[in-house]
Amino acid sequence: MTALPTRKDEAWRYSDLEAVASVWPIAPATRLAVAEGETAHHHLLQDAPDGAVAVHDYVITIADGARCDFHILNIGGKFGRVTLDVRLGKGSHFELGGAILGNGDQVLEIVTTLTHAQPYATSGQTIRSILSGRATGSYLGKIAVARDAQRTDAFQSVKAMLLDRTATANAKPELEIYADDVKCAHGATVGELDKAALFYMASRGMDPATAKTLLLRSFVAGVFDSVADEAVRERLESAAIAKLEALV
Amino acid sequence: MLTIDNLTNTIDGKAILKGLSLTISAGEIHAIMGPNGAGKSTLAYTLGGRPGYEVTGGTATFDGANLLDMDPHERAAAGLFLGFQYPVEIPGVSNLQFLRESLNAQKRARGEKELNGGEFIRLAKEKASLLGLDMDMLKRPVNVGFSGGEKKRAEMVQMGILDPKLAILDETDSGLDIDALKIVGAGINAIMRKPDRAVLLITHYQRLLDYVKPDFVHVLAAGRIVKSGGPDLALELEREGYADVVGAEVVAA
Repeated sequence: MTALPTRKDEAWRYSDLEAVASVWPIAPATRLAVAEGETAHHHLLQDAPDGAVAVHDYVITIADGARCDFHILNIGGKFGRVTLDVRLGKGSHFELGGAILGNGDQVLEIVTTLTHAQPYATSGQTIRSILSGRATGSYLGKIAVARDAQRTDAFQSVKAMLLDRTATANAKPELEIYADDVKCAHGATVGELDKAALFYMASRGMDPATAKTLLLRSFVAGVFDSVADEAVRERLESAAIAKLEALV
Repeated sequence: MLTIDNLTNTIDGKAILKGLSLTISAGEIHAIMGPNGAGKSTLAYTLGGRPGYEVTGGTATFDGANLLDMDPHERAAAGLFLGFQYPVEIPGVSNLQFLRESLNAQKRARGEKELNGGEFIRLAKEKASLLGLDMDMLKRPVNVGFSGGEKKRAEMVQMGILDPKLAILDETDSGLDIDALKIVGAGINAIMRKPDRAVLLITHYQRLLDYVKPDFVHVLAAGRIVKSGGPDLALELEREGYADVVGAEVVAA
């Protein structure tokens, strides 16, 4: 794409287009290929400095019988966008765990397009967003199932927590299915912190910041459980906790 | 330890407590009984500082400080424990994590040294075994999937670990079978029956009082304490009912 995207362009619908213009044209996507029968682990910690614009595009090809696990922590910059364009081979698996933690005026998004091109492939996407201030967090997840891709099994679980009335969460699943024997599940919720739980925690002595941080940690817990490399997991988790503490 | 004087409050603009006065000294166990809708749970929540329970008049002094001026977590750090009739479930947060954060938050607020992981686990084990609660239960999320009895037992383990000066226990006996009632009763005695501690038991029934002997019994009706007495008052209430003991017009007011 050489022309600047507009609001009408579905994949850029919630983006900060002014920020996009400031870095246009965007560098070509990173290409990742997982060979037949292999398992690959990738992660991205998007923690660009305040005010920065960060766009990370990935094009991933997963060969027959292969598996790719991808983890994203999207927390930095005034505009942070991560896109994954994934093509799944026969009997392959793709797993995404993503967290979006935003405050101030941040616009953070994860945009995925999964193409189940062959039969028996499975995919799972778990996204948790926590937004405060005037931040916007978006997840756009498209799943395309080709005519031949019978027995596809795909799910999206998207949950967002808004800490202020002025924050925004967008969750948009898009399913395009041409095969007739497939399972595609998607669930999306947007909520607030449980007031009864906050009072219970306060009655046991927790100050509001401690109580909120604990609830928020449990909300995003699980997203990074499947990170295989312990050092990576710790790095993602401690960056998430540091950001959470700035949020409450 | 706790002096409540002419306390009034409203919830959503509706008056519930209408001039409640009560004094609890160190070493005492008080029981408050009363018919449904009298304001028993409202009293507990108001003393705990639950949002929405607006105090419109009167005072509550805890250990010389104005209790009503404090935030809920400050009341806890000052030594107040509120036992919930319906303990709240918190998915994703283990009991151990919940209690360690609570205890250390209280210790920070009091300027005391926080417990490290090992010290805390030892304390939790000791208190859990006192209440016959399996340590595995404490590794599970707070109250999630617990039976009514397990929730109340877990509340008492919390009380044991947090070691408050004053415990206000709101219908801790509800949902308990006889065996669980005995265990919880023994737990309350072991943790709170001390010269520098005090308990306010809120209950519908006399049966908990067989295990935790109160020094004073009060009848709460229509937002006020309408009668006070010794342990015999509870037996009299059980035998004759609220209407006969304090008058039907008082109960209905």
